[in-house]
Amino acid sequence: MSATSSSVGSIPVKRGLAEMLKGGVIMDVVTPEQAKIAEDAGACAVMALERVPADIRRDGGVARMSDPEMIEGIQAAVSIPVMAKARIGHFVEAQILQSLGVDFIDESEVLTPADEAHHIDKFKFVVPFVCGATNLGEALRRISEGACMIRSKGEAGTGNVVEAVRHLRSILGDIRRIGTADSAELFDWAKKLQAPLTLIQEIAETGKLPVPLFCAGGLATPADAALAMQLGAEAVFVGSGIFKSDHPAPRAKAIVEATTHFDNPDILAKVSRGLGAPMTGIGMDEINQRYAERGW
Amino acid sequence: MNVSSTIGVLALQGAFAAHLDLLTSLDVVGRPVRLPSDLEGLDGLILPGGESTTMSNLLRSYDLLGPLSEFISAGHPVFGTCAGMILLSDRILDGRADQIALKSIDIVVRRNGYGRQVDSFETDIDVDGFDSAFHAVFIRAPRIEEVGPDVDVLARHEGVPVLVRQGTVMAASFHPELTNDDRIHRLFADMVRDASSSGVTSRDQVR
Repeated sequence: MSATSSSVGSIPVKRGLAEMLKGGVIMDVVTPEQAKIAEDAGACAVMALERVPADIRRDGGVARMSDPEMIEGIQAAVSIPVMAKARIGHFVEAQILQSLGVDFIDESEVLTPADEAHHIDKFKFVVPFVCGATNLGEALRRISEGACMIRSKGEAGTGNVVEAVRHLRSILGDIRRIGTADSAELFDWAKKLQAPLTLIQEIAETGKLPVPLFCAGGLATPADAALAMQLGAEAVFVGSGIFKSDHPAPRAKAIVEATTHFDNPDILAKVSRGLGAPMTGIGMDEINQRYAERGW
Repeated sequence: MNVSSTIGVLALQGAFAAHLDLLTSLDVVGRPVRLPSDLEGLDGLILPGGESTTMSNLLRSYDLLGPLSEFISAGHPVFGTCAGMILLSDRILDGRADQIALKSIDIVVRRNGYGRQVDSFETDIDVDGFDSAFHAVFIRAPRIEEVGPDVDVLARHEGVPVLVRQGTVMAASFHPELTNDDRIHRLFADMVRDASSSGVTSRDQVR
């Protein structure tokens, strides 16, 4: 027994932080002031970025990692975990974020991908990673690269929950189906999902994803958050939905309460009242770039 | 007759599901606690890890603070891990001004005292009464800076207390729910059983 050896950055330590974020709301913030509002409202973590997805969508151009100065400003403003986004495959942005001491890196399709074939080798990092997924195969490929949390992608910056629901249902539906498959069928599942057999077998045994499954992309109301939780998400990310609404602070607080009390309609009715207008939102046929299609 | 205990797990935010799973494996009835009425009939309570500021907000908004304090002062055993330990402590350093300290155990804790996530670690610790080391996972862990004279230190890491107990209140800087080792949960379940059998039961408990 190695009584005194301790290790940082191990899988249990990295997945452990994802466990701590369960049942909570992770909010996109672009300034230290917004970060304070998010923390005051009860966010369990903030995602520091330069533009929320709705603005990235509007402005176009290449979206990159945020300026370190801006991330440090947010780290100094709050005591809760701070996450930040790196472009898909951009391992140098990830190295920089780790050097800044961010608590979680989101290898995110909301930013413009830096590599069209390879995601980041996330095992090389001490800091944990979250990655998006539209289906179970994608989720398991990310986990096999070292992701310690999966978020269903949804469609960021739309204020429209339909894609988040589609992706969550796809991931959780296949997990349920694998749970009833016999051992021979698991080989076929691995082939079909283009995912490691060992992870498929693990799901068959445990009935759940090997890492926490959160929901993101298009959530704008307390009811949206509760919908994701009732479908089986373990926590939610809210991006543009809070600071693109009329009254961010009360909306943020209401979404936190709806995530905790997701199965209590009386409380959901109470917290949904008088929040002002949510972000306007857009239909899926009105957008020309689907971020969810980035990554593979 | 051996009546199994019912242990609640505060389920406002954080790692409550992992605690509930562990309790189930111990043949203890586990129940999530989100509202004051959920405390009724419980023999003990676990305050899990997560974000202590988030939990503080939700404890206030849903009027759980008073009932929770009453539950603890009635002598029901409670066990706080990480953020849960912060809630139970006497004083919090580096916390927010509005953060809740229930003052249930005489310790001073420093929030994120072991650093950010990049400093989080796992290690073996020796726990009083265990015949082999316990593998402990520390996640953005609070550091115990001071312990009062009536507090028993059950484990230390590099000289600093990491598992402490005072009467019916136990607290850990680390996360026993994240490993498959159930010895610390069994220790708590025993505390709950002892308290129930010695008649320390609240008014609302039907026996």
